[in-house]
Order: sequence, then structure tokens, then C-alpha cells
Amino acid sequence: MDELYAEAHHWEVNTGGETIHAKRMPGKWRRIKWLAASVWLIFFLGPYVQWNGRQAVLFDIPNRQYHLFGVTVLPQDFWMLSLLLLFFAILLAVATALAGRVYCGYFCFQTVWTDVFTWIEERLEGSPPQRRKLDKAPVDARKLRIKVLKHAIWLVIGFLTGFSFVAWFYGAGPLWRDFFVGGANAAVYASVALFTFGTYLLAGWLREQVCFWLCPYARIQGVMLDKSTVVPAYDVTRGEPRGRVKKGEIEETRTTGDCVDCNQCVAVCPTGVDIRNGQQEGCITCGLCIDACNAVMDKVGRPRGLIRYASLDELEGESVKPMLLRPRVWVYTAILALALSGIIYGLSTLAAIELKVLHERAPLYVQLSDGSIQNKYTLKILNKSETDLKVGISAEAPVPLTLMGAEEPIAVKHGEVTPAIVFIKIGRSDLDGERLPVTFVATTQLPDGTQVSAERENAFFGPSR
Amino acid sequence: MAEHNPFPGENNTGHFWDDNIRELNNPPPQWWMIALWASLAWFILYGILYPMFPVLPWQSQEGGGFTKGILGWSSIKEYEQGVEQVEEVRAQYEDQIAGMSAEEILDDPGLTQYTLASAKVLFGDYCSACHGSGGQGNPGYPVLADDNWLYGGSLAKIQESITNGRKGAMTAHKDILTEAEADTLANWVVEMGETQGEGGSEAGWKLYNEKGCNACHGAEANGVLAELPDGSIVTVGAANLRDSIWRFRPGGYESAKHTILYGVNQPAVEQTRDAVMPAFGDAAGSLDGKLEPDQIKKLAVYVHSLGGGQ
Ligand code: SF4
Ligand code: SF4
Repeated sequence: MDELYAEAHHWEVNTGGETIHAKRMPGKWRRIKWLAASVWLIFFLGPYVQWNGRQAVLFDIPNRQYHLFGVTVLPQDFWMLSLLLLFFAILLAVATALAGRVYCGYFCFQTVWTDVFTWIEERLEGSPPQRRKLDKAPVDARKLRIKVLKHAIWLVIGFLTGFSFVAWFYGAGPLWRDFFVGGANAAVYASVALFTFGTYLLAGWLREQVCFWLCPYARIQGVMLDKSTVVPAYDVTRGEPRGRVKKGEIEETRTTGDCVDCNQCVAVCPTGVDIRNGQQEGCITCGLCIDACNAVMDKVGRPRGLIRYASLDELEGESVKPMLLRPRVWVYTAILALALSGIIYGLSTLAAIELKVLHERAPLYVQLSDGSIQNKYTLKILNKSETDLKVGISAEAPVPLTLMGAEEPIAVKHGEVTPAIVFIKIGRSDLDGERLPVTFVATTQLPDGTQVSAERENAFFGPSR
Repeated sequence: MAEHNPFPGENNTGHFWDDNIRELNNPPPQWWMIALWASLAWFILYGILYPMFPVLPWQSQEGGGFTKGILGWSSIKEYEQGVEQVEEVRAQYEDQIAGMSAEEILDDPGLTQYTLASAKVLFGDYCSACHGSGGQGNPGYPVLADDNWLYGGSLAKIQESITNGRKGAMTAHKDILTEAEADTLANWVVEMGETQGEGGSEAGWKLYNEKGCNACHGAEANGVLAELPDGSIVTVGAANLRDSIWRFRPGGYESAKHTILYGVNQPAVEQTRDAVMPAFGDAAGSLDGKLEPDQIKKLAVYVHSLGGGQ
């Protein structure tokens, strides 16, 4: 019983009562972190990339057209989006199974933006002790100046975040033109405001609390680890019993473990975790404690790697399964490959036109005065190309037929679906069944001269016999 | 509850049982509490801005109800705004249609699409009860999707039919014809329909002309009395007997004989066929002028496009 309480006692949960001011230390993982973070520059600069005289990537929601470089995707192709989501979900799963929450530690926007925000904080307010002191100090002109400046910069970053986000949807050019003169629509202003304030709140104030209490990924990823997952871990056998370096003690005869109990690993942790307690929910596997401990080990002349990327199996001295022998890796990789090939197939087969055929139900068929049978069809022609097209329609069946209503090519505006009503007439004597297969073919010529066509099967109905 | 805390320095709440069981203090994260109070504030603010709180009966003038909110929002107002927006979009088309003839509408693919969509509703309300949802007809009511028209299938004729209605008439021949004659004629009509008018028996043709059928159905038995120089035809709405289409379904010998014997729209004859198309326009005898000329124009375009417009 007492043990239970003892454990509860030292198991402190970070509920955000106290701001965590993490120390910044240079090192290998710190560099990797900046490198990974810099990928987010694409988010800010991407909208300015042009392609064929248009924004390279533009999600034009009002017009329901999604431009990805040379490709235009319409809502009809959205099955690819689900594959894309599947791809990323599985990618997250693979990464987590192999190396834990790498996404959290290096790439997550919450981590990256928080990192930038605290970097600014350090520039303005100084090291963690200085920051803590400033927080406690009474308000004076200096404190006010520093704090106002800091929050202003945070808000500017928040604004840039929102502005860049909207630019992907609204177009960077039009946004710069409209935004500052009040010419954009309410949704634009609301989105930018939401992002500005959201970024400021999440990266400036909530920080690691988001990872602890808000983020669903954090919880999902937590259960995807197993004993062979490689995560930043403290080598207990090597480190314990921890003890400070005593003056005059000879390295060869010391009774303590390698850990010098300097608490540097805790000081640098952005989520306030003590990794020496083992793998835990708060750890976002950013590797910063590895940098810190390595620096300390270098100083006291002990080998690096007391905290290192290691699996639980490795730390417990069990054999480490090679990555390729783990079924998880295979299953995940197979799903990834499937999703990816689906997307590639989809993007490579995006046709310029699409044809849908709806058969009229009431009446299913009509008898004409000369005894022949007529069926009515509504064709829906979708033009996914960049220009307006003239689409010719033809129809084929095993018996002679007359197609009416498609004598002239049908004009279809780009990005639009144009319905056209056509009739097929088949002579009574030619009709040798209640139901005949009919194939409609839509053919058009693109401006560059290529012929494209789309086909659709349907049926012709006649009276029962 | 113990007087003093036997576990100093521990994060307990000061509640103890059995000496050593105690309640630890694990507060929710601070921002949770902030969010809680913020939601409460939001709730109150929302209640001030929007209709929300029930009011006790004696407190409100209308007796019962709810607080109206200072923004004055109501769902019916939002609905009305939505309707206004739709009307605005429709007005662009309606204004154009008002100044156009049905033929001009049919020449403009965009307007045709609008007209078909809009007339579909009218057709459902006024026409489909008799003619079927897709113009497929019903027993006793003509098919609108075929190419057979008693009164002409041009846009103008269709508009005329909707506006003024139609009421054909055919004498009952039960007192004029003998049983055998009626048989001959009924069989002749079936033969005519099956052979596109080529295979009618001599006896049938003879009776047809003798008994005056040709007065309405025409010399050729195709329902046409005369052809005018401009190509239009003169008809009294009598059926074309040379085609495969039966005005009164199911068609065939029995059906044809019934029509011959009892006629169409003969008030004095008990088993006569009823065949009345009411007038939907403003003309005398209309159903209170149910449809506006523009609506009739749209319906004509719709019916014309069902499959057999001429
Ligand atoms: S314990 Fe180490 S790896 Fe985990 S979050 Fe803290 S510093 Fe990063
Ligand atoms: S940084 Fe390394 S030596 Fe220092 S307390 Fe942490 S584990 Fe021990």
C-alpha cells in the first residue's frame, strides 16, 4: 500500500500549472530537429510557386477545382483523397512502430511552432532561469517592453500562418491584392483570424499541454509502440545508482553508475519529462535529452549514449529482431504500397472527359407510331480539361439503332458537367430481346490535337415478349 | 478526518480513512478549468445574443415563449433569406424567359436546362396525376413521351392544349352498327395498326367510309382532314388509325370495339370513354386560370422534350 502511494507521490503529472522553460543545447538531434522543421517553409512559400502561369498548387474550393501542378483534380476524383489519407495514416503507423513518436518530436506543427515560439522567447527574455525570474518580477517598463514585443511577434507569426494557409485556397496573388483593402470574403478573414489566434494560443500558451491533453495522435501513437520500437531511452543498468562526481574519486573504483544526476536531461526536455523514469506518455521523442546527456558524458569523460535511441529489448539485453523480420513492417508496407499505387494510377489515368449515362425510368421505353421503340437517356458529360470542349456522342448496340438529340456536338464548359438528353430508337423487328446492351461513346479533340474519348455501358429496354 | 496531516509534504487533500487511506489531489489541467469557465461565459453570451431561455408564462406579453435575443435572429427569417437568395438566382432566368417564345427557349441550351428543371416541378404538380411522372401516360390518359399527337406536337400546339384544354368526341355506334359490322371494324383497326395502315381488309375500308368514320379520321384514316399549304394539318383530334399507338389502352380488338360501340365523351352513353384535358390557362372554363402563360410556356418546352416533340 505504501509503495502505491510512494509511486503516486513521485509520479508527477504535468497539468500545465507551471510553464516549462526548457534549456536549449546544441547537438546532433537539435540540428536534425531544425532540418525537419525547415520543411514547413514549404507551407509559407509554396503558394508563390507558379506553374504554367497559374499557382502551382491551388485548392480552389468555390470552383471545386484542385490544381496540382499540371493536374486538375475535380471532386469526382476524390476517392484519391481517401487513399492519400490512408497513406499518411499508415505512414504514421509505420514510423511509430519503428521509431515511436518521431512525427511528434521532429515534424508535428505543434512541436515546430512551439519550438520557434520558445526560441523567440529565449532571444528576448534570456535563459530559462532569467525567464523564470522575469515571470515572477513585478511589472515595470522593461518587463512590459519585452513581453509586449514577444506577444506581438508571436501574433505576427500566427498571422503569417493563417495568411499562408488561406493562400493555398484563395491564391497568393489575389489574397495579397484583396486582403489588406477589405476585398476578401468573410470566410477568408475568419480563417486568418482563427489561425492567428489559434497559433498564438496553442504554440504560445498551451504548448506541451496540447501533446498531453488535446492531441489524439499522441494517444494513438502511444499504443503502437512495442518492445522493439526504438525510442530515446535511458540505459538504467549503466546509469544507476546515479551519483554526483565526487572530488578526488578515482574513475576506476567509483561505486556509482554513469549518471551524474546533473538533471540536464530534465532541464532540456520541452515537455518536462524525466526520461530516467522510463518511457512515458509525456515524451515526444525529440531526442534533445540525448544531446544534453552526451554533452555531459563528454565533459566527465564517460562514453556517450547513456541516453540513446534504443529499444526496450536492447536495453534489457534481449536479442533485437531485425526490422525486416517484423510482420508489422511488412503489413504496413504492403498497405502503403497499395495506397500509393492507387494514387499514382488515379493521377495517371485522369481522363479529360467523363461520361455518365442515366436511363429514363418513367417510362422505361416508349412505343412510337411506326412501331419502333424509343428509350430516353440523360448523358452527363464532365469536362476536366482546361478549355471548353465540343463533345460528339455516338452509341452502339448489337442491332441497328438511331441516335437522336446528339446530331450536333455538345458544348461542355471546362470544369463543368453538362447534361444532354438523347433518344435511341430501334425498329420493332430489330429488337430481339427485352434488354439490349448499349455503349455510349463521347469523343472530343483537345486543343493540342489529341483525341480523347470516354465510354459508358447502358441498356436499351423494350416490351416483354 | 484527521486533525493534522500525518503525511506532510504529500499532495493529499486532507481526507483520511483508516489512518492510511487518503485522497490525493490530482487537479485537472489548469487550461481545462479555463476552458470550462470560458464555455460558461460563452453560454451566457449566446443566450443574450440568440433566442434561448424559456420565459415563465406570466413574464412575457404573449404568454409563454422564450427570450428573443438581442440580435433578433430567428429560424424563419433565415429561411426567408434563403428563399430570397434562390429567387434572386431564378429571377435572372425568369426575366429572360418572360420575353421569349418557347421556340427561342429551346434554342438556348442553358435556358432549356433551367426550364426543364423548373418545369419538372410544375409537371409533377399539375400533369403527372394523369400523364404519369415521366409522361408515360396512364390507362385512358395519353402518353406524352411518344411521337403521336392528336392535336399536334409543336410547341405552339402543346401550349394551346395546356391553355385551353382538349375535349374530343366520338359518336357511340352501338345503335348504328350491327354486331358483325362492329366486329369487322374493330378487326380492321387492329390490322391497320399492326401493318402501318397497309393491311386493312376491304370490308373494313368499305364500312369505314360508309359509316362516316372518315369524316373525323380522314380519308387516309390517319386522323388528318386536310394539309394546309404551310405544312400544318387540320384535325379534330381523332386518332391516327394507321400507327401502332392506341389512344385507349390496352388496345387491341376488345378495346377498339368498346370505343367504336360507346364512343368518346358521349354524355348520354353510359359506357362511353372519358377523355378530357382540362384547361390550365386563363381562358373561359379553365381551372381558375391555375397556370400563368410563362408557366405554360415552360411546361410546353418540358413536354416537347419528353421524347416526341415536333
Ligand atoms: S524525454 Fe527526451 S526525448 Fe522525450 S520529450 Fe523529453 S527531451 Fe524529448
Ligand atoms: S543528463 Fe545524463 S548524466 Fe545528467 S542526469 Fe540526465 S541521464 Fe544523468
